[in-house]
Amino acid sequence: MHRDVDRYKKFSRRGLFLFGGNIALMSVLIGRMGYLQIFESEKYKTLAEDNRISLKLLSPLRGRILDRKGRPMAINKKNYRAMLLPAKLTSRESVYSEIAKILGLDKQELSRLKKRVLRSSRFSPVVLKENLTWRQVASIEARAIELPGVLVEVGESRYYPDGKISGQIVGYVSSVSDKDNVKGPLKRLPGFKVGRAGVEKVYDAALRGKEGARQIEVNAFGQEIRELSRKVGDPGNEVWLTVDKELQRFTTNRLKSQSASAVVIDVHTGEVLALVSTPGFDPNVFSRGLSHEEWKKITSDPMFPLHNKAISGQYAPGSAFKMIVALAALKNKVISPRTKIYCNGEFELGEKLFYCWKKDGHGTMDLHNAISQSCDCYFYEVALKTGIDRIGAIAQDLGLGQLFDFELPGEKKGLIPSKIWKKKQGKLWHPGETLQAGIGQGFVLATPLQLAVMTARLVNGGKAIVPQITKTIRSSVDSNQFKSVKEAPIISSLNQAHLELIVKAMGAVTNSPSGTAYKTSSKLPGLAFGGKTGTVQVRRISEEERETGVLKNTELEWHERDHAIFVGFSPLTQPRYAVSVIVEHGGSGSAIAAPVARDILFEVKRRYIKRNMVAID
Amino acid sequence: MLYSAASGSFEPWAVKQMIRFGLGFVLMLSVALTPIHFWLRNAYFLYISCLILIVLVEIIGTVGMGARRWIDLGFVAVQPSEFMKIIVVLALARYFYASQLGDVKRLTHLIIPIVLVSVPVFFIIRQPDLGTALLLIASGVIIFFLAGVRFRVFIFSAIAGIAAIIPVWKYILHDYQKARLMTFLRPDQDLLGSGYHVMQSKIALGSGGITGKGFLAGSQSHLSFLPEMHTDFIFTMLAEEFGFIGGVVLLLLYLSMVIYGFVIALKCKNQFGRLISMGVMNVFFLNYFVNIAMVMGLLPVVGMPLPLVSYGGTSLITHMFGIGLVLCVFVNRDVNLRPGSAEIIS
Repeated sequence: MHRDVDRYKKFSRRGLFLFGGNIALMSVLIGRMGYLQIFESEKYKTLAEDNRISLKLLSPLRGRILDRKGRPMAINKKNYRAMLLPAKLTSRESVYSEIAKILGLDKQELSRLKKRVLRSSRFSPVVLKENLTWRQVASIEARAIELPGVLVEVGESRYYPDGKISGQIVGYVSSVSDKDNVKGPLKRLPGFKVGRAGVEKVYDAALRGKEGARQIEVNAFGQEIRELSRKVGDPGNEVWLTVDKELQRFTTNRLKSQSASAVVIDVHTGEVLALVSTPGFDPNVFSRGLSHEEWKKITSDPMFPLHNKAISGQYAPGSAFKMIVALAALKNKVISPRTKIYCNGEFELGEKLFYCWKKDGHGTMDLHNAISQSCDCYFYEVALKTGIDRIGAIAQDLGLGQLFDFELPGEKKGLIPSKIWKKKQGKLWHPGETLQAGIGQGFVLATPLQLAVMTARLVNGGKAIVPQITKTIRSSVDSNQFKSVKEAPIISSLNQAHLELIVKAMGAVTNSPSGTAYKTSSKLPGLAFGGKTGTVQVRRISEEERETGVLKNTELEWHERDHAIFVGFSPLTQPRYAVSVIVEHGGSGSAIAAPVARDILFEVKRRYIKRNMVAID
Repeated sequence: MLYSAASGSFEPWAVKQMIRFGLGFVLMLSVALTPIHFWLRNAYFLYISCLILIVLVEIIGTVGMGARRWIDLGFVAVQPSEFMKIIVVLALARYFYASQLGDVKRLTHLIIPIVLVSVPVFFIIRQPDLGTALLLIASGVIIFFLAGVRFRVFIFSAIAGIAAIIPVWKYILHDYQKARLMTFLRPDQDLLGSGYHVMQSKIALGSGGITGKGFLAGSQSHLSFLPEMHTDFIFTMLAEEFGFIGGVVLLLLYLSMVIYGFVIALKCKNQFGRLISMGVMNVFFLNYFVNIAMVMGLLPVVGMPLPLVSYGGTSLITHMFGIGLVLCVFVNRDVNLRPGSAEIIS
């Protein structure tokens, strides 16, 4: 037993030793736990919240685009889209083939879709197709059991009620791509779109609005557990345009399927009432996403539907330029209103002959008749005496050869040549080029918008109006008044008496029996209008052809025919609206462009002026 | 806790575990009421049976969590290496109960107990389960220590062990074995694997604060950020939901059991009982220490359940069996076991 006591003592000692060790290690645990849970608790609490809470953005409602009377040109429409949640996708192949059948996807689209699904996270839904038809929604809902993971969601998508009529103005939207400079997580939001063209592009920031946010609790896989809070974003601002969408519709329809453009402008404010470029495109096609073939068809059209010809088409203005030459000559006293020039159908400069459009000549012409009958010989001589640089100065004053910072993308500058400009090309100015410029050909280029502005400035008493297409941008809730239009300053270089002469001559174009557009004039009282025709040659007429007889437009290929131009204004006295019409390869200005311009002016008058006149009566 | 781990549901874990606890409780009481002679006599038999099971794992075991640890007995899958933790204590106590201090001082006397520990360790390492193997070695060392093996023996073996590492590392192990060992020893280098687990576990613990987030309200646990929350990481969930206070309470409960075992050992009149009581309680301590230290990021992650709390039948039954043995020692504290009492009947 003695030995057992020894053993017991030793055991007790060592047991106590171990026990001490236990206590020590235990203290380490409690110490560590205290450190983590008390001293570093805040840090870990934040980390846990970061883990738990995820912020999901809500797409803001894009602002509407309205016409001058508040009629919608771009709105948001409920859109049913098919989504696929990869996590719930069980029988892959059968679901894919069913879905392809219902949505009408071809093999290529389907394989692209599969790739997208593979790349996305298991709990973030992939958009299969937008703008489902009722039939498609119904078939998906009916077969929900056979289609695990496929769901239909309601979203907002952009809709343009006018389709092709205003596509060039409002533009379109599409999903964000990597190239876009969209900051933050907004770009990954399904259904978030950015403006790609037209007003949608220029005023994208204003239309976009401010995104809302949802705080949601997520698990470790990113799956949504519940919503903690929701803050709805602010809808985008509304953009009110100066355009009258019904006039826009009338104008578009009047231009038919020709490759043409027309601009209607308020001569006192510069507000653009209609801005048409045909053929147009339907922005709805873009907003729903277009197929490869549709895209190819649009881009390969020889009439360039995506090109807004009214602001980016640059044409030689032809005889519509003659008013400028006349003003420059009058201003510099090269001619007086009574100066007479004889036209025999050709004008000789050095060894070269320049022809008048009238083969046998106009006979003796003064300024008034030279404009109303569009005599080329008269302007050859006047332009030569005035010189290109003095003509150019007036052209600039009237709005040609410059940008207006117009509120649509793609505005072009046109071209008003000068001796310095030619020198920069490394060439000397040739007097023959002045002759060509004198009848608005050669180097001179202008856009339909510029021609409308030029006409407005001619008939409004020489006010330097600037074209604009937006009336106001305001939030949909406040009702601020439209911005007041500042009275445009008078162009100092212009002489009122000279302007009156020109406007009178333009009136004679349509109202004097000898005027080039007399045939299109209206015999109805109160509908009289003025203007100027222009017919622009796009090919060179050889001497041989002149002898055998110049080919008629109908005998030529479409792309070799003349451009038909008409700039007009209405009413005849105290003009209020100006119009410019260019029909590409349409033929002569008097036969093709003038009737279009007349009908547009009648429509404007019917809509705006007649009512006022009744009120005055 | 398992109720919470299943997001407030008795299925699938809590109910099963309650049934097991019931079974374990019956087992514990039966073990406690069995005469201590039975355990003395059958210690080697149990050891051999358990060893056979471990060897069987090698042959027919099922693979789970990347290691072959389970053996499917048809109605239940058991993990024999868990049982071995207690059985090896029993076997060593059986060997040492009659040893006098003089015997223990002889190194030759230690050959058999060293074999008793190393054979199961060898097989468990092969499973591979380094954590359990090391724990088994630690249990062996504790019993040796309590039995009175001289200090210098421990010191020499420690030095020899460390010295052996270098040549073994350099000349004996293949590269793939080294790589495997490295992942055993440094799991935190694997940031997407266990490193992620430990980080999330620390976040859960820390965010629990002093008072915790409340029962069933642990965001880390319930939103699946926390892995294995019903088994190895259950302490994390407890500390997240009940905070520092809850964690300390659990640790104090554990400590009280260790103290209880210590007191029983001191009161016991036979060496067999003393060794079992202290041994079992130290194994118990090592288990929860390693588990908790692991979830707090103090030790590398090794598969180690939290005694009596984690889901898992084998671990629960093992610990209930161990406690049963300690209670048995308490019941038989006054029994004198003379050398040779084991051999008389067997």
